[in-house]
Amino acid sequence: MELSIEYYLILSAFMFIIGVIGVLIRRNAIVVFMSIELMLNSANLTMVAFSSYLGNSIGQLFVFFVMTVAAAEAAIGLAIIIAMFRNKKTLNIDEINILKW
Amino acid sequence: MSLQFILFILFGLISAASSVLMITRKDVVVSALFLVLNFAGLAGIYITLNAQFIAVVQVIVYAGAIMVLFLFVIMLLRPENEKKFLEANPSIKIFAVIIGAVIFFQLVYLIFFSSAHNPVNASVEASIKAGTIEEIGKQLYTNYILPFEAAGFLLLAATIGALVLAKKKF
Repeated sequence: MELSIEYYLILSAFMFIIGVIGVLIRRNAIVVFMSIELMLNSANLTMVAFSSYLGNSIGQLFVFFVMTVAAAEAAIGLAIIIAMFRNKKTLNIDEINILKW
Repeated sequence: MSLQFILFILFGLISAASSVLMITRKDVVVSALFLVLNFAGLAGIYITLNAQFIAVVQVIVYAGAIMVLFLFVIMLLRPENEKKFLEANPSIKIFAVIIGAVIFFQLVYLIFFSSAHNPVNASVEASIKAGTIEEIGKQLYTNYILPFEAAGFLLLAATIGALVLAKKKF
């Protein structure tokens, strides 16, 4: 393939870093959760890029498993967010500090 | 200027710009919609990588199922808007951006200096063959049958866990 793999890896690194910054700067629990999804997606992009450039389908198989785990994680995480909102009436993660000593 | 390059630039710009817009908008619904756009752009990038099956699953599972779940929860909770990007507590945000930039340049350095000696590049035919649903399905149901069953069990556990967590009293 004429386009070299570095382009894909740099796009993936950029999206991962944006996800990290999103987790660090945002105070809304749902947006923090969406940033985690963004990081999972950038890892997927790396795996698909290597799988395609090596001509080996195992990487895409693992992307399939990552998507399964992401779906389970989204369901559980949103259930936790709903339970948290019911108890504290807020989604701001600075105010949800019941585990802080 | 090959077609792969043009499509990569187009979808890559869509993904990168929508990810930046996602973390800088203060309205949660707008953030979620930009994340959907990001997933759609990623599906286009998977197409340029000859990964047709993963591209379709990306649109159906991520942009369809997971983001609808997010938007549904946002609709139920209706969270208040946050303050604008660098207004509330600016020091930790500037620190986060600096840390992110440092790690990004480390990664770029690593990518360029590790791949210079042994470039990875398969033929286009091998790449197309690796992305078809036949090849992935064959691996999934022969060599990787145990992880496949474990993934099914994980989804069952997640369903039960979500039901228990979202119950009225626990």
